[in-house]
Amino acid sequence: MPVPRPVPAARRASERVAAMLPMLAPAVVRPPIALGVDALDALLGGGLARAALHEIYAQSEADAAAATGFAAGIAHRAAGGRSMLWVRHNPLDALGGRLHAPGLASIGIDPARILLVRAPDIAAMLRAGAEGARCAALGAVLIEPWGESRLIDLTASRRLQLAARASGVPVLMLRSAAEPAPSAATTRWRIAAAPSRAQPGNAPGLPAFAATLLRQRGGGGTSDWILEWNHDRSRFEHIPAPLSGGVVPVPAVRTHTAQRRAA
Amino acid sequence: MEKIAGAVRLVALNRRAVALGLAPGLGLADARARFPDLEAVPADTHADAALLDRLAIIAERFTPGVALDPPHGLLLDVSGCAHLFGGEAGLRRAFVRAVRRCGLSVQATIAGTPDAARALARFGRVGVVSPGMDAAMVRALPVAALGVDDATVRALARAGLKRIEDLADRPSVALAARFGEGLTRRLRRTLGEEDARIVALRPLPACATQRQFAEPLTHADAIEMVLHDLVADAARLLEARGEGGRRFEASFFRSDGAVRRIAVETGQPSRDAAAILRLFRERLDALADPLDPGFGFDCVRLGVPITDPLGPAQPDLDGQRAEAFALGELIDRLVARLGRDRVLGFAPRDTHDPMRETRHVRAGSAGGLGRMPPWPAPEPGAPPARPIRLFARPQPVDTLAEVPDGPPRRFRWRQRLHETLRAEGPERIAPEWWRAGIDEPTRDYYRVEDRAGRRFWLFREGLYGAEAVPRWYLHGLFA
Repeated sequence: MPVPRPVPAARRASERVAAMLPMLAPAVVRPPIALGVDALDALLGGGLARAALHEIYAQSEADAAAATGFAAGIAHRAAGGRSMLWVRHNPLDALGGRLHAPGLASIGIDPARILLVRAPDIAAMLRAGAEGARCAALGAVLIEPWGESRLIDLTASRRLQLAARASGVPVLMLRSAAEPAPSAATTRWRIAAAPSRAQPGNAPGLPAFAATLLRQRGGGGTSDWILEWNHDRSRFEHIPAPLSGGVVPVPAVRTHTAQRRAA
Repeated sequence: MEKIAGAVRLVALNRRAVALGLAPGLGLADARARFPDLEAVPADTHADAALLDRLAIIAERFTPGVALDPPHGLLLDVSGCAHLFGGEAGLRRAFVRAVRRCGLSVQATIAGTPDAARALARFGRVGVVSPGMDAAMVRALPVAALGVDDATVRALARAGLKRIEDLADRPSVALAARFGEGLTRRLRRTLGEEDARIVALRPLPACATQRQFAEPLTHADAIEMVLHDLVADAARLLEARGEGGRRFEASFFRSDGAVRRIAVETGQPSRDAAAILRLFRERLDALADPLDPGFGFDCVRLGVPITDPLGPAQPDLDGQRAEAFALGELIDRLVARLGRDRVLGFAPRDTHDPMRETRHVRAGSAGGLGRMPPWPAPEPGAPPARPIRLFARPQPVDTLAEVPDGPPRRFRWRQRLHETLRAEGPERIAPEWWRAGIDEPTRDYYRVEDRAGRRFWLFREGLYGAEAVPRWYLHGLFA
């Protein structure tokens, strides 16, 4: 006597409902990702929403590295020692440069905790990103396309936003050579490089960013920030006055560095 | 036809030619003399071998144990497979039908040992030999059925030994002394006194399940349901053995003989039916050329060629292990969709060459990301010494105001002019002369920041004075 089996269509539907359940349930309260700058964190309501999609645009192609550093810093703070998934669109390697692990290590981000996916096209990139966003074991997901694509639309961003809300894994969409388009993202940033605080001998200093908060869901207008990534404390710090092109030299605050260098 | 011993002779014939009384070994000239309109083509042994390979694939739907018996035979180990086809006679009928559908004529025999079956198929015209009757059936066959070379057959014939029974009744020591050990071994095997198993073309999976269908499957939902059942079966088999599979291979046998194999791999041994099915779905979804059922699949098999020990299911994994496990599953899914070479981790390499400093390792091969080698900790307070983005091919830049032994004051990269505000360097990185084939000039690297705050990693190739015009390149971008 054969056991009656569920009709495939019915099973699919039940699976779909099961998959939707976590989205329908009230989201678990998850602490926001504090960036380390009190005024900015206060503006964001304690920090960047954890279970959400955030967009980071490089102001120009030449600022793509700064945007990468900013996104990596946020992902590092969000992950708190857990692994992160970094999905890169393949043409990036040739056009914008590869992700360089020693460079990540030198700003305190452990490359051993990064799972790198090299997606051959935008569709594969979005699918891999969504797959990661559903995996609650990850600390953060970074998705990095190159250029514009009609596949990165409102629907795609909504899918990522929903996945992030269900799993609690922050998703960062890092975009270069692209203009902001309508999306479901919770915040949107525009990042440019900013002059660093010079090291002794007029050497370039720690990574510095001119970050513009373009949009915040349910929040106010734009605001500009000059931030610095401090890898010793694994946090962003505010550079108070915008430096006018290094005409006014900033005294070296890290005296122990100066001593070590002089020694 | 083929050139044998200086004359063009027939090597293979179709049914009609056999009916006319022609036989392999006959000279082409003799054959043409009897039948002037005989159609003859040169023998193509490579094509024959390729055909035999394809037949072996078709035969694999009847049993996973298939071996080639060149030039024109296949040996199938059907132990434990016959019941799937309603007994040995049913299996033979199904097999003959499948081969005939390809437009070939076939002789098939099922017997107790491979050698007996081969002898009876070639010379006996028997279908299925009932158990224990092998020796009796084989004894009546001519000596050539043993599959020994022609010279031996002729020598035996001269001695008056024409049938296998003539040999079987003689003391084997005398035969071995005259004709060699090979003949007596063949004799023993053919008579079923010594059992020899065939070596299958593809290694037999540790665990395999399959489904046969009277009515070929064409609908995607039905195919998925079958896969679902097979995976569940395999999971039960694996659980009973205390093992988990590392590789799962589904073979879809199309009714017209084509076979499609789809395999998925897992980083950790697994028998989680839902997770494995999900991997298959990913894999099927990502296929560049989708699974084409054509006129339908009449058989689907799931084999687990690689297994590892796996303890009983532990529902209460602690937090960290559960995380590593979930990460492993994510890697498996990404690998199933994108392929092994696209899901990577970073491992350091002990070198100063920036191009070789990082090694991409396939994620999951070392059991997730947990066992990657450690990276050096950043220097406290020091700005990054290495860029966050690196160009595989350093990009040439035009320098406009150069200072000897210093970074350029201005440089142009991708049509944009950058004015140097801060700089540090040089850091001299010499080529690794001990590696073969390396003949590159020394590079002097500078960290350069422009007026807008963009930080670049530039290098000058060669030394001032040594080179006529030193070239400048941009190698990376700092955050």
